[in-house]
Amino acid sequence: MNFLDHWALSGAIFLPVIGAVLLGLVPRRSELTLKVGALLASLASLALVIYLIARFDFSHSGRFQFVANKQWIEVIHSRYHIGLDGISLPLLALSALITVLCVIYSWDHFPEPFNPKAFLILILVLATGMNGTFGSLDLILFFVFFELVLLPMYFMIGVWGGPNRQYAAIKFFLFTLFGSALMILSFLALYFKGGQTFDMIALRHTIAAASLPAATASLIFAGLFIGFAIKVPMFPFHTWLPDAHTEAPTVGSVILAAILLKLGTYGFVRIAIPILPKAAHTWAPWIGLLAVIGIIYGALGCLAQRDMKRLIAFSSVAHMGFVMLGIATLTSFGINAAVFGMVAHGLITGMLFFVAGSVQERYGTRELSRLGGMLLQAPRLGWILGFCAMASLGLPGLAGFWGEFPAILSAYQPAAGLSLVTFRVYMAVAAVGTVFAAGYLLWMLQRVDFGVVKSEFEHAHIHDLHVPEYLAWAPLLILIVALGVYPHLLFHITDGAVHAVTTGIHAATGVAAGR
Amino acid sequence: MLLAAVHSAIQQQAFHVPNLDYHALAPEIVVSATLVVVLVADLFLAGARKWLLSNVAGWGLLVALIFTVELGARSHHASMVGGAYVVDDFALVFKGLFLAVGYIVLLMSTRYIEEGDYFEGEFYFLLLCSLLGMVVMGSARDLITIFVALETLSIPAYMLAGWRKRDLKSNEAALKYYLLGVLASAVMLYGMSLVFGFTNSTLLTDIGKATQGSITKAPLVTLGIFFITVGFAFKVSAVPFHFWAPDTYEGSPTPVTAFLSVASKTGGFVALLELIYIGFIGRSDVWGPMFWVLAALTMTVGNLIALRQTNIVRLLAYSSIAQAGYILVPFAVAGSNTKSIHSAFTASVTYLLIYAAMNLGAFAIVIAVARKTRSGEIASYGGLYEYAPGLTVLMTIFLFSLAGIPPLAGAWAKIFVFRAVLDSGTPSAVALGVIAAVNAVIALFYYASVARLMWMDPVPDGDRTAIRVPASLQAALGLSVVVVVVIGIYPQFFAHLGDVASLVR
Repeated sequence: MNFLDHWALSGAIFLPVIGAVLLGLVPRRSELTLKVGALLASLASLALVIYLIARFDFSHSGRFQFVANKQWIEVIHSRYHIGLDGISLPLLALSALITVLCVIYSWDHFPEPFNPKAFLILILVLATGMNGTFGSLDLILFFVFFELVLLPMYFMIGVWGGPNRQYAAIKFFLFTLFGSALMILSFLALYFKGGQTFDMIALRHTIAAASLPAATASLIFAGLFIGFAIKVPMFPFHTWLPDAHTEAPTVGSVILAAILLKLGTYGFVRIAIPILPKAAHTWAPWIGLLAVIGIIYGALGCLAQRDMKRLIAFSSVAHMGFVMLGIATLTSFGINAAVFGMVAHGLITGMLFFVAGSVQERYGTRELSRLGGMLLQAPRLGWILGFCAMASLGLPGLAGFWGEFPAILSAYQPAAGLSLVTFRVYMAVAAVGTVFAAGYLLWMLQRVDFGVVKSEFEHAHIHDLHVPEYLAWAPLLILIVALGVYPHLLFHITDGAVHAVTTGIHAATGVAAGR
Repeated sequence: MLLAAVHSAIQQQAFHVPNLDYHALAPEIVVSATLVVVLVADLFLAGARKWLLSNVAGWGLLVALIFTVELGARSHHASMVGGAYVVDDFALVFKGLFLAVGYIVLLMSTRYIEEGDYFEGEFYFLLLCSLLGMVVMGSARDLITIFVALETLSIPAYMLAGWRKRDLKSNEAALKYYLLGVLASAVMLYGMSLVFGFTNSTLLTDIGKATQGSITKAPLVTLGIFFITVGFAFKVSAVPFHFWAPDTYEGSPTPVTAFLSVASKTGGFVALLELIYIGFIGRSDVWGPMFWVLAALTMTVGNLIALRQTNIVRLLAYSSIAQAGYILVPFAVAGSNTKSIHSAFTASVTYLLIYAAMNLGAFAIVIAVARKTRSGEIASYGGLYEYAPGLTVLMTIFLFSLAGIPPLAGAWAKIFVFRAVLDSGTPSAVALGVIAAVNAVIALFYYASVARLMWMDPVPDGDRTAIRVPASLQAALGLSVVVVVVIGIYPQFFAHLGDVASLVR
């Protein structure tokens, strides 16, 4: 391995936070320096991620590459162990890309109370937390990055958010922290049961070798489940999400939807399922049940919303339900769909929140009943909203389709040993959910884009797209089309890694069935 | 009567000059010399030049600290007066901690005492006296040495608590602290006399052998251990022996509060570590359940009452009560097996080291902010970010470290406690671990609400003049925050200290 192969991943993780520290030294007045600095730091991180993609060995995507494994906290045998496989690589790329786009979008869109310095620093700290979570292969390291995301997001919502921001911020914080407390207890339990190691890869073997009693494994899995499910968020742990999304500033919502929610689903795919496959197998029907409840509940919730952003927030609950349904099948088909769904949801819902933010900025409101006729006043913005709504409802040819459709299909044939009937019922319910999705998205589109301009905005001057918006949105729009037309682009990266996960499940549950 | 006994003892056995290792005693000697210099120089200095005394005291502490580090680096160990006074890694780690804490408190108090028009020379003298008691406590391995060290660290502290003598609250603080401190000492001394009566020795190692041997089940030994534990429960302000703490903390001058809540409390814990892990290790049936109840109550009551505080110092007082609860958790679970003894010990030591840095930092901020707002009300922190962004960021770091959010030092302290709990693995230990986890979430609520005020609320009186922070206070803040952040990122360092400082092998 050459020098850059060795350091690129660490660089991609830590460059943003180094940038944040340097920005801290720049005086508040030199706004341009601050913006350029933040852009450079996030671009440098993205450049390293692109380098990693270029150097990634796609024929062995199931293997961890660019691994660094250094001593960190010796007394608890926790190591600085990072690496990428086909599951984490696309998510890391998404995270690095979204960070850059958020900095660009913020260029002259800083929300009240302004203060670009603090805002940009928070974005960069968030980036380190997100990139680090996707790169970690050690449970304690994962936990640290997972928690590192909390504080900046708390401040971002609490300082730059809407009128009800303080309530939303503390709710977000306490929900997530409650999950983390249970998660860390489960991590420690894994440590003691799995031969005193926090290494995710080693734990797969040591936990299997320890042959835990089913009740113990089930309990540990429950701790992990609650920790991750709150982050996803799955019904009934989702109540923090609509508040957080509605109150967060645009960029905060985008990061929250595009990346933070994925930390939860990623945790299932990377930690909970591979390390405790048997417990996952026991729990899978229940996860599937909550997933489909989430799909229907989220969709119905959408139909009841008056606020555009809140509607998109509830649609996230529904979409993450599809992702979790794919994961619950425990098949390589389903998990591939889930990873694709994570990326697609990140791109599409991130885009939708960007648009909602721009609408709010132009009209000063997100109330669906007051908006209308945007196609007349700002046709480009209107068409982009239409495009994203189509992508979100799963129109074939756009990225959303490849997350949703295979996830539903995978429920037809779940992993061996799972009840066919149950999962086929889930499949049917989820399919109904897509109809609802089309319903609420088209309804929103109709209310915002079509019709005549409401009298209060008749003489208002509504700008069409600004330059920062073009720059920030173009990559997302291109990726939505590219992944939609040629999904193999992503599936061929994830497939090997997902296969490695499911082989472990089959091995574990196969042995169980053999007994 | 007593004289006669002493006389006969001398006649029976010629007095041997103990063989002292003066090199190993260097930190104690330096601190003693400094305090004498401070006391004498105070007599000859004019009022305007009294600030020199704080410099003298500071340099004295630094020299003592250098000696401590040097002894540690060379692993210079010694055992003196028949094992009653021992210099080992445990002693050196805590001596280093006490001297560093003393230095930071000195930095915090310099301007405070000078501007507050209080006696200066005596203040530094008493502070050094109290520190001397703590440094001795690190090495004490004998009931009498422990008691002498405890009184040496407590008595000057009673006076320091009442330093703002024209303030009724300060008087109340000192009186409460004094009365309850003396009560605790009396209870403890009674317990010690019972233990001595049955084991016929004041040396902890002898007591350790005896309590594991034939007399182990003697009811009066049980009573003795019970009384000693209760006495120290007062010192570390464990619930239900905590009620002096909030009043004393609120009334004392803030730097003294920082000193009491960090150094004095750690002194109590050091004595407990020595007593429990050397002297009474065989009697976990007595102290295990006691500590379980103390820990559970201390965490829960401390946190719940903290939720309702409106004064920042009282909030930190209850928070430090709750933190003492987390430090007590490992004691409660230590007795179940040999492996858990070790990890419980490491957890307590590591927690004490980390707690010192983050709590001192929080108090330094309180002092800095009070320079402008002249108020201890939490509401006066509203909008702090608008006029003191630096202080706000630092306070946020300290608060979230106290709450245990990674990647700050406080998170590791809690993780070590959880590790000790799971290492023990008994159902009661796990139950205590769950109580601790729930408490961590409750605590976050009040820590985060202060952070929320600072960042998100408007300035209550609209006064946005910047806060001028004196250089000494800046240094105190800088030292604390570096420890909190560096340990947060690379905890191996303190974990290593916690590991080498073990009294149990």
